[in-house]
Amino acid sequence: MIEIQNLTKSYGQIKAVDNISFTVEKGEVLGFLGPNGAGKSTTMNIITGFIPSTEGSVKVCGYDIMENPAEVKKRIGYLPELPPLYMDMTVSEYLSFVADLKDVSKKQKKSQMADIMELVKLTDVRGRLVKNLSKGYKQRVGLAQSLLGNPEVLILDEPTVGLDPKQIIEIRKLIKALGKQHTIILSSHILPEVSAVCERVVIINKGKIAAIDTPDNLSKGMNTVSKLSATIAGPKGSISNAIEEIYGIKYVEPHIEKEKDVTEFIIESDKEIDIRRPLFFAMAKAGYPIIELKSLDLTLEDIFLQLTTQEKEVI
Amino acid sequence: MYSILKKEFKSYFNSPTAYVMIGLFIFISSMLFYMNLASATAEYNFNLNYMALILVLIVPILTMKVLADERKSGTEVLLITSPASLTSIVVGKYLAAFSVFLVMTGITLIYPIILAVLGEPAVSEIIGGYIGFILLGASFIAFGVFASSLTESQIIAAIVSVVGLLLMWLLQGIAPGLGGIWAKILNWFSLYSRTEDFFSGILSLGPIVYYLSFSAVFVFLTIRVIEKRRWSKG
Repeated sequence: MIEIQNLTKSYGQIKAVDNISFTVEKGEVLGFLGPNGAGKSTTMNIITGFIPSTEGSVKVCGYDIMENPAEVKKRIGYLPELPPLYMDMTVSEYLSFVADLKDVSKKQKKSQMADIMELVKLTDVRGRLVKNLSKGYKQRVGLAQSLLGNPEVLILDEPTVGLDPKQIIEIRKLIKALGKQHTIILSSHILPEVSAVCERVVIINKGKIAAIDTPDNLSKGMNTVSKLSATIAGPKGSISNAIEEIYGIKYVEPHIEKEKDVTEFIIESDKEIDIRRPLFFAMAKAGYPIIELKSLDLTLEDIFLQLTTQEKEVI
Repeated sequence: MYSILKKEFKSYFNSPTAYVMIGLFIFISSMLFYMNLASATAEYNFNLNYMALILVLIVPILTMKVLADERKSGTEVLLITSPASLTSIVVGKYLAAFSVFLVMTGITLIYPIILAVLGEPAVSEIIGGYIGFILLGASFIAFGVFASSLTESQIIAAIVSVVGLLLMWLLQGIAPGLGGIWAKILNWFSLYSRTEDFFSGILSLGPIVYYLSFSAVFVFLTIRVIEKRRWSKG
């Protein structure tokens, strides 16, 4: 559906996007993850034909963006980081203009606008001026704009930025629902968002791809040890000693003393061994009750930080 | 192209711009017309001549926003990533500004009508004068749209177009003094000197072609400027 090959964008000496390649299959929701300034928006601007690339090619549905821009643009709905809104228009005037701009036929225009406004919950504010809407509503108008013309591909640049938590959840749900009919590329620097919505993640840092995989595989692949947090009542020293004797333990550290004689320990063990049961029996035998026990597997956040900071050390 | 034209034209009248500009133009041209009446001449083109000068200040108000504001508010992305071609976007915007100018010019038709009631003005001269006036306006607007494509700031766009249009006006005074090839080159840019024929009621092909091609060249340059900027943008 979308093929990106050796894409490079340079400004003089600086490479904002450095030789990246990936493909997105039909119906896939791809997360585009990276710290601010990593080149996410630049890549999206190139895919949508807003700016040309220095090298490399972008193909959408078989059409090349440089050779056949009109065909590509017809198939893409784009929500840039800053929604492109005309402040002195009402919501329905604005959407009607965008529909005309995208050559939506007169017959379809009315029903399409009504459907989309219903979908993103804009029907109540359709007669209001865009400039008087709250940030959350403006974002929805931006999203509605990208859906007009029923494009096969949606490119959403940080669609939930600046929204309140309730709106974020709503927009995520909406994107998930849209993923059933559209191919979506979604950029974000918020990790839970990507792991909640996307089937595959591209992590980009300093213009280069640091990793491409599913969120699950990413967290599995990066884990070399499994981590536990255990809150246990009893004297610190003897608990530590008792834990160290369990088979497979690599590392134990008293973390925080939560109450008097109740300490949280961070325990690392071999990845293959589940030490929760041996730990329980060992503590029961020694007479130190376990108050709380939880697993501290690497989250996408840890992986992201590892990938993006490792690179920094190399440089 | 039509969708852009329609939206732009509407947006002029959704904001105070069109009203302020048309109001200002009608106010000044009415003063001129009053002088015209007070001196009891039926020579209307004397009036049009001065109105053409006021355009130097009026057209920049009309065009300053056209492209500069799209860039500043980030709505340029919407237009460029839409299936509409850059040419149709720029031409649509140009025609919208030109339509507002036509509305404004239409209002001033009331002066010759008053003249016709009071006396017997030379109708053919007035028609010729108006054709010249409209062609001159079309060229000014093309230059204004071009100035608006150069910058994000409406103010700078307005200043560039006022200064540019003033220079072109002054050229007709400066050019002959330089002599030789320079006089010829500068004369190409002298928009005003070509109105003389129209204002004396002569419709000749030369100036018509000149104004139309002047407009086309600046619309084309505008497209090139935007296209070129896309290559250097982040």
